[in-house]
Amino acid sequence: MIANLPFIAVALLIGIAFAMILLKRNMIKMVMGLGILEGAVNLFLVSLGYREDGIAPIFTSAPADPTMVMPTVQALTLTNIVIGVATTALMLAFVMLIYKKYGTVNANEIRRLKE
Amino acid sequence: MIGTLVTGFGVWNPLIWIVVIAVALLFSWLIWRCGEVDYEEDAETTAPYLSGNAEPEKGAVHIRAGNMYWGFTKALSAYYDRLIPLHSGIVNDYVSWFLIGVVILFVVVILV
Amino acid sequence: MNADVLLANLPALLIAVPLFGAFLTPVFGRFLPKIRDAWVILASFVSSAVALLLAAQVYAHGAVVYVFGAAPGTGAVPVDSGGIPVRILFNIDGFGAFMLVSAAIVSFAVILYLTVSQSKRSSRSEFYALYLLLVAGIFGMVSTGDMFNFFVFLEINSLAASALIAYHRNGGLAAEGALKYLIVNTVGGLMILFAIGLLYAQYNSLNMAVIACNLSLTTLNLLALILFIAGLATKAGAVPFHFATPDAYSVAPSGVTALMIVASQAGLYGMFRILFSVYGGVFTSATVGWIVIILGVLSMFIGVTMAIPQKDIKRLLSYHAVSQTGYMLLGVGVALAVLGDVTLTNAFGQMAMEGGLFHIINHAMYKGLLFLAVGAVIYRTGVWNLNEMGGLGHKMKWTMIFFLIGALAIAGIPPFNGFASKLMIYESTFAFNPAIAIIAMVVSILTLASFMKVFHSVFMGPELPEYAGVREVPKRMLAGMAILAVFVIIFGIVPDLVVDTLITPAADALLHQWQYILSVLGGGL
Repeated sequence: MIANLPFIAVALLIGIAFAMILLKRNMIKMVMGLGILEGAVNLFLVSLGYREDGIAPIFTSAPADPTMVMPTVQALTLTNIVIGVATTALMLAFVMLIYKKYGTVNANEIRRLKE
Repeated sequence: MIGTLVTGFGVWNPLIWIVVIAVALLFSWLIWRCGEVDYEEDAETTAPYLSGNAEPEKGAVHIRAGNMYWGFTKALSAYYDRLIPLHSGIVNDYVSWFLIGVVILFVVVILV
Repeated sequence: MNADVLLANLPALLIAVPLFGAFLTPVFGRFLPKIRDAWVILASFVSSAVALLLAAQVYAHGAVVYVFGAAPGTGAVPVDSGGIPVRILFNIDGFGAFMLVSAAIVSFAVILYLTVSQSKRSSRSEFYALYLLLVAGIFGMVSTGDMFNFFVFLEINSLAASALIAYHRNGGLAAEGALKYLIVNTVGGLMILFAIGLLYAQYNSLNMAVIACNLSLTTLNLLALILFIAGLATKAGAVPFHFATPDAYSVAPSGVTALMIVASQAGLYGMFRILFSVYGGVFTSATVGWIVIILGVLSMFIGVTMAIPQKDIKRLLSYHAVSQTGYMLLGVGVALAVLGDVTLTNAFGQMAMEGGLFHIINHAMYKGLLFLAVGAVIYRTGVWNLNEMGGLGHKMKWTMIFFLIGALAIAGIPPFNGFASKLMIYESTFAFNPAIAIIAMVVSILTLASFMKVFHSVFMGPELPEYAGVREVPKRMLAGMAILAVFVIIFGIVPDLVVDTLITPAADALLHQWQYILSVLGGGL
């Protein structure tokens, strides 16, 4: 049970994120929802990499018979955080631009492109 | 032979097709040339005949895009009236279509 | 010696050259603005040349496996790694090489066009830098053999594309299209990353070949498969994931849209790679094949019927892009549905696959040409609305000819290239299921009808007084269109040569999953 806790948290976070993206009409809140979704996926990746009694693969002053963990998922998470920052920044820039021109951040009114 | 595409059920050769079209065009040109020359530039013959009415200005005779296929969309209005509103332009709807698609595909894959 | 080193490291150059070109462009723009355009054209030319050289290498000697950071001669799987390739590797087989050819041709033709059509706009250096980044993203997506690497290039692709879409602000419209595109593609991309996590959790590897080798058909893997299909269909713009596609394409600068066709096809590449090379060995029924076919049929039909009532010329073309994507999904889906059955694959599966793949490169050429020609019209008139256009054929003869070539090709009129690939799809699909082939033909007729409307209302009719001052576009824009038009005609006139040299190796690479696994693992497992 306790080992599955991170995955339950991931499921909850994904649920919250999708609820925000689908139900919130405020574009800023939608971008926040996307941020939570990204955090959920990051948490999922990191919890995959956890091995009991494993240590980081640093050979300096390592114990005699170490169980080292390959830090692949940690690298993936770091990369995804960087990508997420770029995505969020770009989306917020678009929202700002739309707010300047349309005077609203409500998704129901940001629909000049339709049909 | 070069240009022959075998599709497994038939063949398609664009080069032969081009030759055939060229010959057909040649024949139609020959037939056209046999016709009588009664066309005079800069004369009454070049003006459009609209039952004796004066020709409207150029901008008025061009058929604009909005007038084309009006009948088509009108005849299929039952279909279009349902389809077009789906493209609502609201981004929340787009994401919900994504989720609906994922759920339907997953259910189909699991059940079938 | 130097030439040998360069040839051996082509896969690294494939990414390095466009990135180097991209990041130096603002420097040139700041200090030597006079040669900035020449630099961009040179960078694009060199990266296209690298892609074509690499493709030639693959066609001559078989799949290229390039391990990043390994000494020359080291295998993809290090001896002490327990059978898992720990390094990132590029694996370019027939299918990847084929996509590289298509991306190389279009990206070079479009940059010739863009350097003129953007010449009156501001902050062009950053624009060209983003363009080259998008090219790097496409090249990376179609050559990588590593799942996470694929995701990174997918995100580079989405970010660069949406920044380019928003470039001409157009009263906020462009930002709206870009925001919708980015939100939908970010959700899709994160779901792909989630699926990658699901696979990594079970197989402890990100390498596609290793995962393919160990895969079994569990519920978890099916969930991952569906997330992959949905995420990549969003990128490719297939119904019901297509909603943001027309919004984005219709507001992007025309040249950018032409390249985004290729960018969306890189998503299609990813989908086919996952379906055939990773999951291909485990399917026991035709269910997933039918899913792809149904996505294809829906895209074809809904795309074309939505295109017919459109009034905005670029939005109309965008819906046609959705519709044409359906043909590719249909052809490849038929091949997937009969994948395990050797008799049926030989009877029509292989042909359906080749038709679908041939349509990918054909679509990149003629839809690129159409977007460039329409962009030329907008460049001169500044008008997007079809209802306001007319009689432009008197002034823009070359643009009209190029548009006509593209329109006939997309409608499947012989002898242009669209006819050859559609014929292959019709005949093989008819053997599989006649009803679907009939739908495909009806869609083709509707496409022709829709392009009659566009051609008539833009170029035909009497010269209108409001367009008295319109002239033909500059020569370099015409040159970009001419390159694509030449390929449309050549691919149409000698379809057999194209199919034999480009398409069959690509189809074989997808259909023979063991070749893909073997090229990485070298038979060691």
